[in-house]
Amino acid sequence: MNIEKVVFAFFIVLALTLNFGFVLGDIDNPDHHNVYELYAALVVSLIATIMKFGDRTHVGAVLLATSLVADLQLIVAAVVWGFSSHLIETGLDAAMMTSIVSLSAGAVLANVTSVILLILETMMVRH
Amino acid sequence: MQHVFYLLLRRLRTPMITVLVIYSICTLGFVLIPGVDDQGKPWRMDFFHAFYFVSFMGTTIGFGEIPYPFTTAQRFWTIVCIYSTVLGWLYSIGKIFALFQDPSFNRLINRNSFNRRVRRLRDPFYLVCGYGVTGSRLVRALDAQGIRTIVIDASQRLIDELEADAMGLAVPAICGDASDPDLLNSAGIRSRNCAGVVALTNDDHANLAISIDSKLIDPERPVISRTGSKKTTANLASFGTDHIIDPFETFAEHLALSVTEPYKYIIKDMIFNPHHRVLPSPYQETRGRWVVCGYGRFGKAVEKALQSRGIPITFIDADPDSRGAPAGTVEGVGTEAETLLAADILTAVGIVAGTDDDADNLSIIITARDLKPNLITVARQNLGPNKPVFRAANVNMIMEPGRIIADEIFVLITTPLTIKFITYMCEREDSWAHELLLRISAIIVDQPLALWAINVNSEETPAIHDYLLAKRPVRSGFLCKDPRNREDDLPAMVLSIRRRDDLLVLPDPDTRLEEGDEILMCGQHRAQFFINWITDNYNVLRYMHTGVEAPGGLVWGWLNSRKRMRRSR
Repeated sequence: MNIEKVVFAFFIVLALTLNFGFVLGDIDNPDHHNVYELYAALVVSLIATIMKFGDRTHVGAVLLATSLVADLQLIVAAVVWGFSSHLIETGLDAAMMTSIVSLSAGAVLANVTSVILLILETMMVRH
Repeated sequence: MQHVFYLLLRRLRTPMITVLVIYSICTLGFVLIPGVDDQGKPWRMDFFHAFYFVSFMGTTIGFGEIPYPFTTAQRFWTIVCIYSTVLGWLYSIGKIFALFQDPSFNRLINRNSFNRRVRRLRDPFYLVCGYGVTGSRLVRALDAQGIRTIVIDASQRLIDELEADAMGLAVPAICGDASDPDLLNSAGIRSRNCAGVVALTNDDHANLAISIDSKLIDPERPVISRTGSKKTTANLASFGTDHIIDPFETFAEHLALSVTEPYKYIIKDMIFNPHHRVLPSPYQETRGRWVVCGYGRFGKAVEKALQSRGIPITFIDADPDSRGAPAGTVEGVGTEAETLLAADILTAVGIVAGTDDDADNLSIIITARDLKPNLITVARQNLGPNKPVFRAANVNMIMEPGRIIADEIFVLITTPLTIKFITYMCEREDSWAHELLLRISAIIVDQPLALWAINVNSEETPAIHDYLLAKRPVRSGFLCKDPRNREDDLPAMVLSIRRRDDLLVLPDPDTRLEEGDEILMCGQHRAQFFINWITDNYNVLRYMHTGVEAPGGLVWGWLNSRKRMRRSR
């Protein structure tokens, strides 16, 4: 067992689960989507990205790319959240919530890809 | 660049994650801790304000407690955050600086910038492996001629020296093992621009590896290698190394030549060494017995060269039996008068101090000269820094292996025709060389001798090319006359012309040039300028031929031909 692999897989899977948990619920209902969960998903996703830095294999490069996509989606979602709750007079309404959740749903797809790649890579290792 | 980028990212993983975790905990703390607004009502920071506050606090900018003054609990958390973010940054920045000072990281960066500089070279270049006495002299000489070089040496000290040397052209250099194929690759051995490879390392094995590598990639490309032993010489020759130079044999040949055929020696030395000093040997009695101290590689080379010319030698060696010295060898170092007297120094004409210890060599020369003041003295100088001492000792001939090889390789690279000429000269009588020396001396007077080659083709000599196409004769004598007044001579002469496989040496001025000729000329440096004029300008060439300054333009040419026609009518 390699402790580095454990930590690596832990963060990749955690990024997916948190992200999925945030997206779960009615798309336009602000009560179904917790801001702390988005925050946690963003932080864990960033950590997972940094952990993929410097891997020179082909799989490593694709993993980094999917992770960067997830980060981008989540950062935009967080910015939209902050923007709508402070700068728009209507506040965080259903329309804004929809775009936030759909952005993070995109991140879920990217994270799913990451996890699939991780599983494939694990299957390739025969021992 | 790829490697450096990955290494940088890999090393930055821990510091970046540290900063990220500290920031996220601080931000979360501010969101969770309850505060009050300006009316004293309970208020909670949202993520936007918390991140804003942590950002300016973490970078120690500190705008104050925004948007409302903090409660005690918030201030308590702020203290924790200040120290943790500052520590996090210090740690990360420290890591980055440590990375930039890491020797292995720096080596990678150096290697990358070297690769880039080599790849960007668009001109032909020579790859010189080894930047010792020989390599540095060669690179400097080539640089002065505007020929590009790339240097590999195993010692970082020498590479640093190269960077400190003021060169006219940028010389990419790298420290590393030159026999490593990967490094040779980086240095452009596979590049089409690589015009030749020069292997000058101290290690015979490395020289072999470099030569083989180059010959495998391109058998046509010239490889010049230095050798230290017979075995290596044979090995290098077996796969077609173009020029194999053994410093000891080369010097022994020089020495033998200077003793038996002084005029040839002077011409050769003038060619190889432009700042040549005239040796007294032609004017001294050199025929006779020589005493040679040291029967090592150098001693053996001298033995071979002198004995093949019938000059008797007496050897002095500290350990004659184990080195297999010939019978009659005197045992001793040669630094004491007794040993020298035992070798019968008083009836000898010259002494060669050829041990591998500079102090011993100097001592031998001085002792020998005390015994017999008019002795010809030849000393082997092993270490470069000892040069001033040897100069001060007023030795007739100093043997510096590094200088000899560098000069020879330089001539090989710049005017390869010269070597053919020298081979031809060595087959002639010394009186032939004497005559040639008188001619050369009359031309150069007190200037250094310059050599240059002219290839007759459309690119290098457009005027000659066009003239030959017009079926008009171009004679070699044209090149030695002043284009401003063809009655005057230029300070230059044609040494030889190579036409296919033939070599015309000292051709008659009436010799007709042909397309594809390679002409070797010598003379004063300034003459080159005028000769370029003749070879490049059709009108000047016509003047050299006919003696008439014909008009060059179409209109004037037409008017002139009409005038001529009218006159002939």
